[in-house]
Amino acid sequence: MRRNAPVMLGGVRRLLDVDIDGTTHRVPEGSTILDVLRDQDIDTPTLCYLGNLTPVNACRVCMVEVDGSRVLVPSCSRRVEDGMVVKTDTDRVRHSRKMVLELLASSTDMSLAEDAVHRWMDDYQVDVKRYGPPGPPAGAGERDRRQAGHHHVTDGMTAETVAQPTKVDNELYVRDYARCILCYKCVEACGEDAQNTFAIAVAGRGFDATIATEFDVALPDSACVYCGNCIGVCPTGALMPKSEYDMRQAGTWDESRQDQVTTVCTFCGVGCNLELTTQDNRIVRVDSPIDHSVTHGHLCIKGRFGYSHVQPD
Amino acid sequence: MDLYLKHAEPTAEERAAVDAELGVPTTRWAGGDRDRAEESRVSYGGRDARAQRHLLLPILHAVQKRLGWISDGSLNYVARRLTVPPAEVYGVATFYAMLSTQQRPPTVAHVCDDIACRTNGALELIDAFDTTDGEVRDGAMWVRSPCLGLCEHAPAAMFQLADVDGRPRADFATAPVTAAQVGAVLDGGWVVTEPPGSTPQTQAPRAEGLRLLRRIGVVDPDSLDDYRRHGGYTALRRALQLGPAGVLREVTDSKLMGRGGAAFPTGVKWQAVASAPAHPHYLICNADESEPGTFKDRVLMESDPFALVEAMTIAGLATGCERGYLYIRGEYPLATARLTSAIAQASARGLLGEDVMGSGMRFELELRRGAGAYICGEETALMNSIEGYRGEPRNKPPFPTVAGLFGQPTLINNVETLVNVLDVVLTNGPAYAEVGTEKSTGTKLFCLSGHVERPGVYEVPFGTTLREMLDLAGGVKDGRPLQAVLLGGAAGTFIPEEQFDTPLTFEGTREIGASLGSGVILLFDDTVDLLDVLTRMAAFFRDESCGQCVPCRVGTVRQEEALVRLASGSANGSTAADVDLLGELSLVMKDASICGLGQTAPAALQSALALGLVPGVDSGHPGVDTSRTPESSTDEKQERP
Ligand SMILES: Cc1cc2nc3c(=O)[nH]c(=O)nc-3n(C[C@H](O)[C@H](O)[C@H](O)COP(=O)(O)O)c2cc1C
Ligand code: SF4
Ligand code: SF4
Ligand code: SF4
Ligand code: FES
Ligand code: FES
Repeated sequence: MRRNAPVMLGGVRRLLDVDIDGTTHRVPEGSTILDVLRDQDIDTPTLCYLGNLTPVNACRVCMVEVDGSRVLVPSCSRRVEDGMVVKTDTDRVRHSRKMVLELLASSTDMSLAEDAVHRWMDDYQVDVKRYGPPGPPAGAGERDRRQAGHHHVTDGMTAETVAQPTKVDNELYVRDYARCILCYKCVEACGEDAQNTFAIAVAGRGFDATIATEFDVALPDSACVYCGNCIGVCPTGALMPKSEYDMRQAGTWDESRQDQVTTVCTFCGVGCNLELTTQDNRIVRVDSPIDHSVTHGHLCIKGRFGYSHVQPD
Repeated sequence: MDLYLKHAEPTAEERAAVDAELGVPTTRWAGGDRDRAEESRVSYGGRDARAQRHLLLPILHAVQKRLGWISDGSLNYVARRLTVPPAEVYGVATFYAMLSTQQRPPTVAHVCDDIACRTNGALELIDAFDTTDGEVRDGAMWVRSPCLGLCEHAPAAMFQLADVDGRPRADFATAPVTAAQVGAVLDGGWVVTEPPGSTPQTQAPRAEGLRLLRRIGVVDPDSLDDYRRHGGYTALRRALQLGPAGVLREVTDSKLMGRGGAAFPTGVKWQAVASAPAHPHYLICNADESEPGTFKDRVLMESDPFALVEAMTIAGLATGCERGYLYIRGEYPLATARLTSAIAQASARGLLGEDVMGSGMRFELELRRGAGAYICGEETALMNSIEGYRGEPRNKPPFPTVAGLFGQPTLINNVETLVNVLDVVLTNGPAYAEVGTEKSTGTKLFCLSGHVERPGVYEVPFGTTLREMLDLAGGVKDGRPLQAVLLGGAAGTFIPEEQFDTPLTFEGTREIGASLGSGVILLFDDTVDLLDVLTRMAAFFRDESCGQCVPCRVGTVRQEEALVRLASGSANGSTAADVDLLGELSLVMKDASICGLGQTAPAALQSALALGLVPGVDSGHPGVDTSRTPESSTDEKQERP
């Protein structure tokens, strides 16, 4: 069920008994294991999960052990059952989480990932060196042209990565797929879960899968409406406003000089909450809080990018 | 939904390719001319167009055939006709190995370099070509291919032939193939080879007691009359007498277990679908057979296609499905042609359709072709593929018996499982269960290939040992020493000589930590470089991973890299460290992958390491993962229907 679906005041939800690491909790039917873990402040890594999107449970970093299941279970999407016994801190769980983070870090540029991701990588002692030095980056568009079912076998001495040049094809935002962990969040935000535009989709297969427009055309030639909702959900900084990208390239992006200001968009009557990031009294990035009841973190092009009139160059 | 179409207007040819499948568009919405009176202020047709999304893959096949690639104009036009966003159409088209979104020559030879063909000269054959993989020459190109399901006649090749100057050309596969023959096809010629028989037991002297292979080599696969002369359609007649409840009882009593790899009790699955309250119910026959070394379903479909059609009809009637889909892998042109003809003949004679055999019951059967994706054999990926989405496995629960194809209760069974039902119905459940063992009833088809004297499909009662199977097939080719036996395919395990007397049953193999998988028995003699074989298997999983989950998507890449290092003797640190790394990768892939592909991808390698089959790594290495592999298929599939 979608989290941002209307809240129906239906029947009273049954309470179920769930054992988490030896303690029994009574939780409402329909909760996911992750809901319970978050309620109990049990720190659980997640990458492809976000409260305002349908769980795709693709990243497999949130795995827990559930008695009776031969394999680990994704806590972000598995609903609790009465009498369920869950373990979150076993060797199997720790190993899987560590490996998932390590596999991602060895193939993707995680340097701009959310702070929590860096904390988890430290907690689980991620060591990417054992996969060898990173392999050579792909040329522009090369990863997009790979044919499903075929790949070139390397000599194994370097670790293959998704490194490739950043796609800069419009004035509003850039796509740096060298940072993409293929969490599907942007696809969901562009399509079914928010914008209903479907400008981008997952293309290709396996390690060569990419997030792409049809035939990898530039965004201005695609269905993109520049709502930027994909930017809002991207956990690794792969999608970024051009304003931020340019400053980072110029070396002027400085978080220590930044403030967050909350305000309301004035363009139309919807009244979306805006969270402005400012540096030296200039707006450098606009987001919306994901727990806001009107936006659920999503905006339109005007709210997200339409601020140049308040700060002419 | 925004259906933005960039300005690649379809050409007349591109339109024609799509319209041939969908008919000429009747509304402005779907790309036709505007009806000024009707559509002056409103637009019709969106809902109807969207309801046809399941035709996406058949249409892409048609475009690929006609144009030789999925051009931007045609992709745009398909998107418009079906109201599917172009980015999603592109996502689907780029998922399949047989579809190309880049222009390529009309003739493409897919030359198998997979494990069985490697033992039979595939690499030497490939070396003989004067062009490199993928290189284009005069309207033709060749690429390496994973197993084409012709392993008993290895080496194999499949020729994908697009229309030339409007002249349709049919795809074909052939084995054994020579470099000269591949060259001839690339030069615009044609190879006609009548492959030798695939079932040694049906050649003189014919083996006794064959059930599944009973009609093979005897019946004319193109003739419904001949099928009837050989006992065809008596099972359906009997099933109609028994009624759905009666058939369900016999299938349950037979204790028939699924032959698709997950060994799930068929009766339980059938009962679950039959009693599912939501309607309609759907039936799917899983004929995607792509596990390297597997070819039994192909042989059944090529040589006795009506048997599968009859069995599906029985399954449909018993579980309340009025529509069945037969999903066959795209690399099986002959089986596809024979089944298409069988379905047409059965429909024409009232054995399919509105009123099956005059019973008043309805059952329609439709064939769907895959397009080169092993993962589409996974049941929920297969459903996504039929529905016109990328073949990515879905989350379970819900299970297909509750919410499968189009979200409806769905029965999905393997080809061999279904064909067994004919015997169950013709005798009865308990009689069927008398053959085999207590827990593994009936007979089983095994696919013997590699270095074996008489390769082919063999039918034996459950309980036959591996040693007996090897004897039946004449032992190792040319009497050479045996190096290794792979049981169950690329997703299976290597079996040491001490365990050759294990009965090949579900419970027997489980006891030794192995699994029957799809019934593959692949032999490697002492000349084989096993690291090369293991590296090819690792490459297979890397190629076939759908890419959805991290343990499989990246894990298969890291596994291949580490193996390449082992093979070349240039470790990253030390060999021991690389073996440890492979063990750690194995644990996460088994424990955290979404589906059976990722879960079984490290199995064969870890078993080879544990048995000391890998040069330079002794059998006692502590880092090797010796924990159990979950038996194929998704999550807790075994625990619930
Ligand atoms: C990666 C993967 C590939 C599979 N390929 C096939 C296949 O080609 N044919 C098949 O019958 N089952 C295949 N299966 C198993 C199916 O998911 C499913 O269990 C089976 O079709 C059920 O049929 P059964 O109950 O008759 O065995 C595959 C499973 C996985 C995980
Ligand atoms: S671009 Fe960002 S949001 Fe999209 S799949 Fe990649 S990491 Fe996830
Ligand atoms: S962000 Fe867009 S929808 Fe929201 S208030 Fe501003 S203009 Fe309106
Ligand atoms: S295990 Fe592999 S094939 Fe299966 S869902 Fe995950 S990525 Fe896809
Ligand atoms: S957060 Fe649960 S699978 Fe990604
Ligand atoms: S056909 Fe080549 S390995 Fe099966």
